[in-house]
Amino acid sequence: MAGEAIASGRKQTESGIHPAGIFQSASFQRAIGRGILYLVAISSSAIFMFPFVWTVLSSLKRGGELFRFPPTWLPEVPQFQNYPKVFEIVSWATWTWNSTFVAIVSTFGAVLTAALVGYSFARFRYPARDVLFIITLSTMMLPVEVTLIPLYLMFAKIGWLDTYRPLIIPSFFGGSAFLIFLMRQFFLSIPIDLDEAARIDGAGYVRIFWQILMPLSIPVTATAAVLTFMSQWNEFLYPFIFLNTKTKYTLAIGIRYFQAVAGFADDTEPKYHLLMAASVMMTAPIIIIFFLAQRYLVQGIVMSGIKG
Amino acid sequence: MTTEATASSRIPLPRWTTNLRTKEAIAGYIFLSPWLLGIILFIIGPMMTSGFLSFTRYDVVNPPDFVGLKNFIEIFTKDRLFWPSMMLTFRYALIVVPLSLVGALSAAMLLNQALRGTAWFRTFFFLPHLTPIVASAVLWGWIFNADVGPINHWIRTITGSDNAPGWFRDPDWAMTGLIIMAMWGAIGGNTMLIFLAGLQGVPQELYDAAVVDGAGLWAKFRNVTIPMLTPTIFFNMVLGIIGALKVFAAAFVATQGGPAYATWFYALHIYTRAFQYFEMGYASALAWIFFFVLFVFTYVQFRQSRRWVYYAGEVD
Repeated sequence: MAGEAIASGRKQTESGIHPAGIFQSASFQRAIGRGILYLVAISSSAIFMFPFVWTVLSSLKRGGELFRFPPTWLPEVPQFQNYPKVFEIVSWATWTWNSTFVAIVSTFGAVLTAALVGYSFARFRYPARDVLFIITLSTMMLPVEVTLIPLYLMFAKIGWLDTYRPLIIPSFFGGSAFLIFLMRQFFLSIPIDLDEAARIDGAGYVRIFWQILMPLSIPVTATAAVLTFMSQWNEFLYPFIFLNTKTKYTLAIGIRYFQAVAGFADDTEPKYHLLMAASVMMTAPIIIIFFLAQRYLVQGIVMSGIKG
Repeated sequence: MTTEATASSRIPLPRWTTNLRTKEAIAGYIFLSPWLLGIILFIIGPMMTSGFLSFTRYDVVNPPDFVGLKNFIEIFTKDRLFWPSMMLTFRYALIVVPLSLVGALSAAMLLNQALRGTAWFRTFFFLPHLTPIVASAVLWGWIFNADVGPINHWIRTITGSDNAPGWFRDPDWAMTGLIIMAMWGAIGGNTMLIFLAGLQGVPQELYDAAVVDGAGLWAKFRNVTIPMLTPTIFFNMVLGIIGALKVFAAAFVATQGGPAYATWFYALHIYTRAFQYFEMGYASALAWIFFFVLFVFTYVQFRQSRRWVYYAGEVD
């Protein structure tokens, strides 16, 4: 993984230091130092992972076991049937499909148009380009509430409420300032000589974009796609404001609805164990995607921070 | 930042140059057009609308009624939740951001020590950041459960007394709970990765030179690492503060702004006025005040940054 590649940069310095002698205190101290570092790394990993572990374990318990005092770590008998049960008591399958649909379509729109706009900012000269770029960056600061109210009124007027259009269509207009910035920065790092060579061979702007720049930008495009997919999957405010019908919910608002009703037991026990199973099922796809895309993703995030 | 020569400037220019230039500009605008339209339709247009609405009463049913500065006057003088929510939001940001910067930098330095299994540690630190905020609010709600949650169980075991915080249902502790939840997601996230890259970018010669001058660990950290990282710290700080001031979903799901308005963040206040009471004019005024405050705050940070941020590539 990339972490090792990153870390290996420091390895040479280690061997550069001569241990003056085995019994000399310097090397002994170093060993103790390393030991403490490992201890810190392992214990902080445990702290970071604890909420996950606790949630997964809770999701496998019987409903009543969650309320035992003192709390127990392991489920008595792992209740794997809790997971299918979530699909029975709420429209989990529908919500998962809705989230997937919204996230995929809007990711497609956002990445495609952000690439076009990034290309425009990186490779063309025209009046007001730099001003427009600064405006683009400053929209990152804008609180959503400033635009949310008029957008709500506008979407209400044209009959878009309770549809996916407010969640999807804006993505086809450049996605977000962050994506545009990411794409632009990457295009700037590609030598312009490539464009020129293609131009001399008679390629037009579209062809240069599509056949020269985009194939070279697969890592950054993948990063952009994964980041957008994740943020769409997690997005709460927009679907919460714009969707009303329960079967149209995405997972983020579905799980909140579930949380609001989980405390009320309509049969014998509250459903917190199922709520925990639901949280696991909402988080798992994101973690899987992260593992698949990890190498690209870390580079992409780092690039956005470094070249800024 | 934005001075890149494009192709046509280097090719020997024929007579129809101006024509080429115009062509390039037109093509540039065509590629830009989705965003140009998007900015007009979804950002500038709505901003102007909400600017206008902020001077009106508008309940969605009846047409907007122009009332001048009345909304703003009411916000500053009569709105009992305005100042508390503003203060609380800033307090939250000013606690979460420094703590998560320190935490993220420490984590990044730990990962930069060439320990075995660094890739694993990095993944463990990063996973909380990936958890959807709603899911994280749900699971922390359970972990902080006052009666049967594991945290309170440990607190009771360690202190030996039955008194443990009520967390999300206790006005004195709800904010602390949200802060812990936010730190869990923030410390190992993008901030840490950006710091890690920043650390790798510090030239080794500087450390070597410091060692020759007799610097110990602390002196190296204080006089080499920190100054070289100031641009990264600044970048993370500005983005962190903007993000923290906008907090909504975490509080909305975990505490609904309560108990007793203890976590009534500014974004929650706007949301309630707009989408519970349908006071669109009033809520727009609240939103514009927020935008103004955020803008001024960010501007001040940029001004201040000249005093403490060191750019290695910059010529004085």
